[in-house]
Amino acid sequence: MTALLSVEAVSKRFRGLLAVDNVSFRVERGSIFAVIGPNGAGKTTLFNIIAGVFAPDRGSIAFAGDRIDGLAPDEICRRGIGRTFQLVRPFPALTVEDNVIIGAMLRRHDPAAARRRAHEVLARLDLFGKRHQLASALTLPDRKRLEVARALATDPKLLLLDEVMAGLRPAETDRLVSVLIELNRESGLTILLIEHVMRAVMALAARVLVLHHGAPIAEGTPAAVVREPAVVQSYLGAEAVD
Amino acid sequence: MAPEIYFNVAVSGLLTGLVYGLMAVGLSVIFGVVRVVNFAHGEMMTIAMYLAIVLFNGFGLDPLVMVVPLAAVLFALGYAMQAGVINPFITRPEYSQFILLVATAIIIVNVLLIVFGPDARNVQTSYAFDSFLVGPLIIDATKAYAGAATVVITAALFAFFRFAPLGKAIRACADNYTGALVVGLNVKRLYALTFGIGAACVGAAGSMLVLLVDVTPALGPALTLLAFIIVITGGLGSMPGAVLGGVLIGFTEAMAGLFFTPSAKSMFSFGLLVLVLLFRPQGILGKRLT
Amino acid sequence: MTDRLFDGVPRRGLALLTLVLAVLLAAPWVANDYLLTILIIVLYSAYTGQAWNVMMGFAGQLSLGHAIYVGLGAYAAAALYVHFGIGPWLGLAAAVAIAVACGAVIGFLAFRFGVGGVYFAILTIAFAEFARIGFDHFQWVGASSGFFLPVANYTRNDLWTLRGNPTMFYYVMLALTVAAFALCHVLLNSRIGYYWRAIREDEIAARSVGINTFRYKMYAVILSAGMTAVAGVFFAFYYNNLFPEQVFHISRSIELILGPIIGGIGTLFGPLVGALLLTGLSETMQQLLAALGLDAPGAKQVFYGLCLLVVVMALPGGVWPWLAGKLGLARRGS
Repeated sequence: MTALLSVEAVSKRFRGLLAVDNVSFRVERGSIFAVIGPNGAGKTTLFNIIAGVFAPDRGSIAFAGDRIDGLAPDEICRRGIGRTFQLVRPFPALTVEDNVIIGAMLRRHDPAAARRRAHEVLARLDLFGKRHQLASALTLPDRKRLEVARALATDPKLLLLDEVMAGLRPAETDRLVSVLIELNRESGLTILLIEHVMRAVMALAARVLVLHHGAPIAEGTPAAVVREPAVVQSYLGAEAVD
Repeated sequence: MAPEIYFNVAVSGLLTGLVYGLMAVGLSVIFGVVRVVNFAHGEMMTIAMYLAIVLFNGFGLDPLVMVVPLAAVLFALGYAMQAGVINPFITRPEYSQFILLVATAIIIVNVLLIVFGPDARNVQTSYAFDSFLVGPLIIDATKAYAGAATVVITAALFAFFRFAPLGKAIRACADNYTGALVVGLNVKRLYALTFGIGAACVGAAGSMLVLLVDVTPALGPALTLLAFIIVITGGLGSMPGAVLGGVLIGFTEAMAGLFFTPSAKSMFSFGLLVLVLLFRPQGILGKRLT
Repeated sequence: MTDRLFDGVPRRGLALLTLVLAVLLAAPWVANDYLLTILIIVLYSAYTGQAWNVMMGFAGQLSLGHAIYVGLGAYAAAALYVHFGIGPWLGLAAAVAIAVACGAVIGFLAFRFGVGGVYFAILTIAFAEFARIGFDHFQWVGASSGFFLPVANYTRNDLWTLRGNPTMFYYVMLALTVAAFALCHVLLNSRIGYYWRAIREDEIAARSVGINTFRYKMYAVILSAGMTAVAGVFFAFYYNNLFPEQVFHISRSIELILGPIIGGIGTLFGPLVGALLLTGLSETMQQLLAALGLDAPGAKQVFYGLCLLVVVMALPGGVWPWLAGKLGLARRGS
């Protein structure tokens, strides 16, 4: 069993705050893994460490067998990890199409080839019809999908999704979930997601890690994790568990 | 050269530096609170300086006496500028704000050129050549008065921002724009007030500087640049930093002028600026910008 | 190849472009010497504006000390000609090399140490001022007294040493300007252009899609510096005298950026439109004021300042995008 991403004993402190506290987990190739937990639990910081925005104070991260902790964000993308941002960051004055073309250009230097790939990805995410609109003119759910599209266009092996379902209506959530499941099934895309929308977590994830105050408090299948008393107490609340 | 000469030049530089420091405090206040980069800062100072000259030549009014009225006039100008012209630009991209102020600066410089001509002017008061003897040191009377006045004004400013409710409200805006709005502060009015205060600093500093330095319209951009060097060196957003920076730059320029040719002295300031930008961008007393 | 050159541009736009080009080519036949001089200034402004635009409009870095590249290029080529008899076309190589090195230093210092926004702008001002004062003491090229190129009789045009009448200079400048615009058009539509725009929009997002922002920002700075240095060479051989106080002065840097800002930062034709507008209007205004007896030094600059003010308040994207919209020429997207 080859783990695509292997996080070992990673810790990160910001002056007085221990944001990530000795977190370890493995993400198997071709699987979907979710990280959940209350706000401030350190989930986004963990993502930022994996994506190269910060270096961990302790621990190591391996991707496809190579150490990646401490590498720059653009190098990490080149190695095959794509990411979205919790607060979306599209290229506002550029069109939807151009946003994704820029992503596609990582692997395709020719603009025409990049455009073709961009169109493929946009179609998959139901944004093809809006390709000539400016990114700044899109609604928030569309901007989230645009960001997923842009990250996908870089042909990643691992996709990091930071709360992409936030603010979506249930129908939109289901649509995005099914797109992600398709991608995972067809191309073996490995997905690591941070999510608060439990509906999506239950539908997508094969394994779940729960963080609280930066430390792991549970890991396992979704069904098992939601029943653990520590998780119920710190995050879900008794009513959430059927 | 006799050691007294070094001391005299150093003290002279320090005192002049205090006045520059007051100018820089104005810039620091404006940037620290309104987050606008006032590229017209030096040009506003030259307005004050020319006004002082007109008042002196026309009515015989001593610039030191006119410090408060000139500060008031510049306050009004600054308030009007912020309220009328700059406020809509708060949400625009950074370069739009620069360009707005650069345009204002260009207009000010050239209007002054048209009105006053390019020749250097200054103010010669009756005590212009007096000096105080402190041990072996000879201190110019004008510089001493200017330095003392600056210290008083700066202290008053510190007190205002520390203790006065209005001053605290302004600091609140600087710390947290949205928070200030939420607690009901009229941020736009406070911004205008702050720009006015910054301009008032410039007015006060200008009416004193005219006693120490000749003024030409081209002095405006040079002062703007100097103000930025001081504020960046001392620490953006830190008032004590601006004063410290001013004194430091005044001292450095004076000493450099002594050891090298006068024109080379600004090269030192620029060198210092580059070093600060690279190695300690928050300045000596500034807080680290996240 | 022509496919890529004209991709996405509506037929109307191409027609307008061809018309403008034709007019510019024919100008020397119909224009008097004075008008020709004005046109040379327009083209020079358009060219340097476009060069600056590469750094600002494309890669988002505000340079307020661009005169340093003009000056370095001018002095380098002039020095080689005056001291060693080397013609400008060869001197170009040295001029560009020196400017590129300077740009690389500024870029490296700024980008490695995370100096951006207003701090970067101030850094560029500091460097330009440093150069101005430095060259004031640089005896080998005349220091503050000025550096002069030998001016021969304009009986015949010598393209190799750029000695000749205004018409020759006009065509040289026109060729440079057309080349600059063509280059920028090609770059904008290539990977480097897309990456520049991404960096300009959001550096952090750009890095997240694999763009090495440091490298691409350096490309922009180096290209911009090199292009501007070429203008400096032209400047030296056209005016035949160089004074540090004038060449490196912050006013030159500010004049340089007025055209692209008024015309439209980041657009391809913004610098040309801006240069035309500014030079055209200011000349007209000067004639008007002289006729009315109101001519005064500084009047032109007040006019520039007011133009800038009006444009930045009313047409923040610049005149060209607004005009293009009116003429139905707006390109899809950016």
